[in-house]
Amino acid sequence: MLDLFKKFQHGLARTKSGLVEGVQRIINQARGIDEEVLEELEELLILSDLGVATTETVIENLRQRSRESGRIEPGEVLELLKQELIAQLGPGGQAAAGPEEPVHQPTVISVVGVNGAGKTTTIGKLAHLHASRGRKVLLAAADTFRAAAAEQLEIWKDRAGVEIIPSQSGADPASVAFDSLKAAMARHVDYLFIDTAGRLHTKENLMAELEKIHKVLARQCPGAPHEVLLVIDATTGQNGLSQARRFAEAVKVTGLVVTKLDGTAKGGIVFSIARELGIPVRYVGLGEKIDDLQRFDPQTFVEALFA
Amino acid sequence: MFQELTDKLEAVLHKLRGHGTLNEKNIAESMREVRRVLLEADVNYKVAKQFIADVEQRALGQEVLRSVTPGQMVVKIIHDEMTRLLGEKEAPLVFGRSLPSVILLAGLQGSGKTTFAGKLARHLRKKGRTPLLVAADIYRPAAVEQLKVLGRSLDIQVYSEENRDAAAIAAHALDHARKNLLDTAIIDTAGRLHIDEEMMAEVARIKEATSPAEILFVADSMTGQDAVTTARAFLERLDFSGVVLTKMDGDARGGAALSIRAVTGKPIKFVSSGEKLDQLEPFHPDRLASRILGMGDVLSLVEKAQEAVDLEKAVKLEKKLRRAEFNLEDFLDQLQQLKRMGPLQDILTMIPGAQAKAFKGMQVDDKALIRVEAIIRSMTVKERNNPNILDGSRRKRIARGSGTSVQEVNRVLNQYNMIVKMMKTMKHGGRGMRLPTGF
Ligand SMILES: Nc1nc2c(ncn2[C@@H]2O[C@H](COP(=O)(O)OP(=O)(O)OP(=O)(O)O)[C@@H](O)[C@H]2O)c(=O)[nH]1
Ligand SMILES: Nc1nc2c(ncn2[C@@H]2O[C@H](COP(=O)(O)OP(=O)(O)O)[C@@H](O)[C@H]2O)c(=O)[nH]1
Ligand SMILES: [Mg+2]
Ligand SMILES: [Mg+2]
Repeated sequence: MLDLFKKFQHGLARTKSGLVEGVQRIINQARGIDEEVLEELEELLILSDLGVATTETVIENLRQRSRESGRIEPGEVLELLKQELIAQLGPGGQAAAGPEEPVHQPTVISVVGVNGAGKTTTIGKLAHLHASRGRKVLLAAADTFRAAAAEQLEIWKDRAGVEIIPSQSGADPASVAFDSLKAAMARHVDYLFIDTAGRLHTKENLMAELEKIHKVLARQCPGAPHEVLLVIDATTGQNGLSQARRFAEAVKVTGLVVTKLDGTAKGGIVFSIARELGIPVRYVGLGEKIDDLQRFDPQTFVEALFA
Repeated sequence: MFQELTDKLEAVLHKLRGHGTLNEKNIAESMREVRRVLLEADVNYKVAKQFIADVEQRALGQEVLRSVTPGQMVVKIIHDEMTRLLGEKEAPLVFGRSLPSVILLAGLQGSGKTTFAGKLARHLRKKGRTPLLVAADIYRPAAVEQLKVLGRSLDIQVYSEENRDAAAIAAHALDHARKNLLDTAIIDTAGRLHIDEEMMAEVARIKEATSPAEILFVADSMTGQDAVTTARAFLERLDFSGVVLTKMDGDARGGAALSIRAVTGKPIKFVSSGEKLDQLEPFHPDRLASRILGMGDVLSLVEKAQEAVDLEKAVKLEKKLRRAEFNLEDFLDQLQQLKRMGPLQDILTMIPGAQAKAFKGMQVDDKALIRVEAIIRSMTVKERNNPNILDGSRRKRIARGSGTSVQEVNRVLNQYNMIVKMMKTMKHGGRGMRLPTGF
């Protein structure tokens, strides 16, 4: 049994960055694209959580291109692959132009996702982003379930220097959302962020609760919520697609936020999400500090797969 | 999506029907689908590769019993191998001798440490221990408050203090526990990235200051390929003693757990499956193996195969018995099947004419079975088929070869002879007697 584990440890000795170097070496040796190169690239994409289907599509496209163009110089292989990958991100692959403007007063942004993905932190960062541009921001503490969730948001409110509609633990999240929107309208707020409780997409009752929150918002202010951001942890594997599918069914998800990209995980599941559901990535989270948030840039994101 | 994969797998496996033994060709064909299933379940690319290579090795040349397809046979082998890799025996929590016994929790941000701390405290109190929760996450906003809320709802003490040194807090908490006669300290630490040098050094300092009896790596079951990187880094730094798998109430297939287990060799000790504090489960390797391979469909396939294997063996055995050909190989096989079926005594009562008394002391526990297996494996084929030739010098050689003693070899042979004798009486017992499955 011990030997068994030794074998696995040995097999995994090659690090990810070593992998990229290895790929480059093999490409140079092959002087272009051959099956060995494609297999190495496949490994790299799978290890970045792109999943089997998306990886196969990307590799197949690459094979196709190499067949059509006859010969591909070693220096071009990774470039072509990156182009393919960016194409998978679809229209969402184009970075949103210019600083975001509120589309409505108030512009209501609901932030949803599974437990521990980084919703509350993202709200803190976004609140800071908009407040520092002179926008008036209000936060709604609609996670009334998790222990000390409201206290956590309260701290982010202070850090960002914005306002909050507090809530009682165990209160109905839809009524917290309702009260917050009412206050936002009365106070002429530019942005209202709804911090929702983390929920697994498989829990019917919790997904129904989320739908209800959104219905209450829409009834009170047609068009609200104007944005629904689904937060995906970069370490998430293939389950991320299942998450996106279910959340998008329940509420109108308008964009993704990929968090924890400051780690070693690459967040490759968003290629599958963008490909299958056409949901664009809006932001990436790069740390726990208030300005560790960046607008999504497909080029940088794809480059990072090879870093 | 997954249904699709399972269907595909079954289709491929179906094609294999009718081959006599598992050979390179029919194995390779099913393995391609198995690989896909593993990768879709988030088993690390390299772990999957290694795992498949191992299974192929084991499967090669295995005889396919007539009543199952080679594919079913492969699935059964995969399932068994995966269960084995995930951990054969239960890994209970270890407690230290000096008080309080310390359990340190560590892991990435948002993996479920704080919630698990609450669950574990509740669980240990039910077992008669007196836990103290220690709030050593000084970074995440309201992390201390979160733990306090959990402690209050459980009526379990939480130790916290205003201090920018988490290791000092943890050390003071142990003093507090000693003074208040609390026997277990559960330390909740901040989530941290394995590449954050400063933070990894901090948790190592907490370890040093508290000498934990258990260090549990808390991992989210939805984790993808990167699980191996993280787990290895935490292992290197902390040499953790066990793994906790969280958020298993979702639909993640949990392949990351296999990866973590494969690269660290550490046992999975708990499964957390819900946000409420009573949602804590012991770990069942076979269930996780089924889940990774795709839940019910494959599982029922495996069970079917298993039944078929048992049935077929029983039929074969019955024939052998009728011809009085029961050899030591069959004996070993029987012991292994019995282990699966439950206590030997119970089985024996199902056999008409068997005297359960005669088998007293013949326990089929894992350890004994391993020794019996070693003994029988140390015999030549000729000896196994013809135990009568086992004289003193042969027995001595077998004892040496199996790392046991001549007495033990004798005991195994006596037990075998007893069964043969019993079978002879059954053989003359006339028609109408049916052997229960597996015997
Ligand atoms: N390294 C890193 N950590 C992050 C990032 N975003 C959030 N976190 C951490 O991840 C953990 C969970 O973050 P939260 O913002 O509380 O997540 P949430 O989705 O609101 O969690 P629940 O409300 O408990 O479901 C916290 O420890 C955060 O500090 C990020 O971009 N990088
Ligand atoms: N569904 C589910 N949620 C969980 C589980 N364990 C923890 N959580 C949730 O995951 C989030 C992060 O958990 P927390 O314990 O704060 O993680 P920590 O940051 O590692 O301490 C919280 O929303 C918890 O309620 C679990 O087993 N199932
Ligand atoms: Mg939150
Ligand atoms: Mg915590």
